[in-house]
Amino acid sequence: MNMIEALNSAHDVMLGRDEAVVAFGEDAGYFGGVFRVTAGLQKKYGKTRVFDAPIAEGGIVGTAIGMALYGLKPVAEIQFADYIFPGFDQIFSEAGRIRYRTAGEWSVPMVIRSPYGGGIFGGQTHSQSPEAFFAHMPGIKTVIPSNPYDAKGLLIAAIEDPDPVLFFEPKRIYNGPFDGYYDRPVTPWARDPRAEVPEGHYTVPIGKAAVVREGEAVTVLAYGTMVHVALATAAVEGIDAEVIDLRTIVPLDIGTIEQSVKKTGRCVVLHEATRTAGFGAELSALVQERCFYHLEAPVVRVTGYDTPYPHSMEWDYFPGPARLGPALKAVLKD
Amino acid sequence: MTSRPERRSNRPALSLHVPEPDARPGESPDFSAIPIPAAGSAPRPPVDAAAADTHPLCYTLVRVLDQDGRAVGPWDPKLDPELLRRMLKEMVTVRVFDERMFRAQRQGKTSFYMKSLGEEAVAVAAAHALEAEDMCFPTYRQQGLLVARGYPLVAMMNQIYSNQGDPLKGRQLPIMYSDRARGFFSISGNLATQYPQAVGWAMASAIRGDSRIAAGWIGDGATAEGDFHNAVTFAGVYCAPVILNIVNNQWAISSFSGIAGAELTTFAARAIGYGIAGLRVDGNDALAVYAATRWAAERARSNLGPTLIELFTYRAEGHSTSDDPSGYRPKDAGAAWPLGDPITRLKEHLVGLGEWDDERHKALEEEAQAAVRQAQKEAEAKGTLGNGHYDDIDTLFEDVFADVPWHLAEQREQARAERKARGK
Repeated sequence: MNMIEALNSAHDVMLGRDEAVVAFGEDAGYFGGVFRVTAGLQKKYGKTRVFDAPIAEGGIVGTAIGMALYGLKPVAEIQFADYIFPGFDQIFSEAGRIRYRTAGEWSVPMVIRSPYGGGIFGGQTHSQSPEAFFAHMPGIKTVIPSNPYDAKGLLIAAIEDPDPVLFFEPKRIYNGPFDGYYDRPVTPWARDPRAEVPEGHYTVPIGKAAVVREGEAVTVLAYGTMVHVALATAAVEGIDAEVIDLRTIVPLDIGTIEQSVKKTGRCVVLHEATRTAGFGAELSALVQERCFYHLEAPVVRVTGYDTPYPHSMEWDYFPGPARLGPALKAVLKD
Repeated sequence: MTSRPERRSNRPALSLHVPEPDARPGESPDFSAIPIPAAGSAPRPPVDAAAADTHPLCYTLVRVLDQDGRAVGPWDPKLDPELLRRMLKEMVTVRVFDERMFRAQRQGKTSFYMKSLGEEAVAVAAAHALEAEDMCFPTYRQQGLLVARGYPLVAMMNQIYSNQGDPLKGRQLPIMYSDRARGFFSISGNLATQYPQAVGWAMASAIRGDSRIAAGWIGDGATAEGDFHNAVTFAGVYCAPVILNIVNNQWAISSFSGIAGAELTTFAARAIGYGIAGLRVDGNDALAVYAATRWAAERARSNLGPTLIELFTYRAEGHSTSDDPSGYRPKDAGAAWPLGDPITRLKEHLVGLGEWDDERHKALEEEAQAAVRQAQKEAEAKGTLGNGHYDDIDTLFEDVFADVPWHLAEQREQARAERKARGK
């Protein structure tokens, strides 16, 4: 399965297993969403379980909260992560705090799914990576898969989770892994072992990172599309890098990070989002706080620039191997 | 620097209109511009009327009690005197409770309070028109819902004092109650957020084929929030079984309702653009509030969709204990409100029916005073904000997530250590 099919399968499994699960969002019902993640599900489960929503992200999130308060498990789709901001207050001030402000009397078991990230010529309003805003919020879990197997297992875990989960899907790798070499042909998921996705129910635990490449020289912390960039760059440059796919940024798997950096003594943080106050800043600070006496070189961030995402100069903005390769070499030089 | 183009001399200069209320401090309250239709003059459409048939009701006022306290017209809910006395008792209790908690704030026992003076009918009458299992998504000033649904006064006070009996563990601002058992959803300080949540709850009830409906409350000022429009859009689109109440008490802190658009149309008329049923109701008339809520509830329960109800009332007190209304409106404006006092009007109605008298009313007020005084004594035995507040440091880190993750566990250790270092 490609990632879209895997996500569709996760919905299918959960809609079939649990009558409390409903899925909705702009174009998510009859047509199955602009990326087709919910395709065919309305026909199978009926239009009161899978349905289209008005173009009002605050309304989508707010009504999903109300449904969760009732006892449903809503999976709300925000068509592009760039559009999530009209729903920001409902996520930040409401979903993330209702358990706390009611001393556990109410909880909000809901999932907000949204395609995010660049590399699709989406310009400045279809390419953003807003995960750091949500990582800053108390009470919200933020999950970002990098391959079809994880995508399905993590989405099922998110739907079963008692807390509100933001599920950001790296749309650049919906159909196949992308290593950042934009001028080379892309390999579809069909030729990748991580696309072997079981049909039924399984979970990938939230809050657990994966060591996707073992190495001794430097640790690369990445998630989403950037995991593939890290793997490709390490291979092309011949660097013995350990690549960690964080999979969840809140709660973070600090144990895996610490163990790896203490082993390698070097760390590069890689993400697509803008640099300043991005999640890389948090990762860099944590590594510095916890691994300082093991570090052989300063922690380096490789990120997008502090500008909106440009359309025509997308590949200048994109933090691909051209930016990661030199950063890895510089860290290894010290 | 941007150059400013010269105005063309043959065209009039544009000017910005900023609405102003009819009277400011030092002037006499002036409510003469408010049209007050006679009680009983608004028609009552059948519960299954088309939404459009209700729209003329968005521009009048559903009123039942006339100037003499008689119930007149098609909206008279013809309530049993026992229920009328119960509503009166609860409204009096809310007023007495408010007064004591207001004073408690002035005595430094808590940080903040908000009275519902003049608006007691809005919540109490609605509570009785709904079923006990229907779900309420209130904003502040609907403490009457809790009182009418039997929530203990002492629990409300414990919340206000953030003391050791506070069911919300000292986390919420006073008056931001929550009681799941009585269908009272937690109040948010961010305005209008509860409105789409009420719609979502109602949608969920419909998805599951349940029979329970939801009701939400919002102030006139908060209708300008995007969440208001989100909520009404979703409610209309999905024919959600929900009642959307707008409590038009004329003031959002110091901004009068004109700043939210009241000069242009009524708040009830917001229903027209969304194609849902709308009613504009005398909010100081407990019988009218009851009748309109009952009508809307029956409609929602019969899959006939949402109703937007504007409750036309007046915030007789300041916005909160942090507000000084003498800075922006005439003194005693509340007393001049042409729709009167909701408690006095209900009392006069009962007296007219031969079901009440001054003696019994005095006894009721004394009974309410005693009950509130006793509750206050019990609550203060558990502490107040300045003295024995909620103080279990471990709970600071609970309920952020269902389980405590490593980073919160570490911060909990830090907090414990800091307390220890301070000798606590």
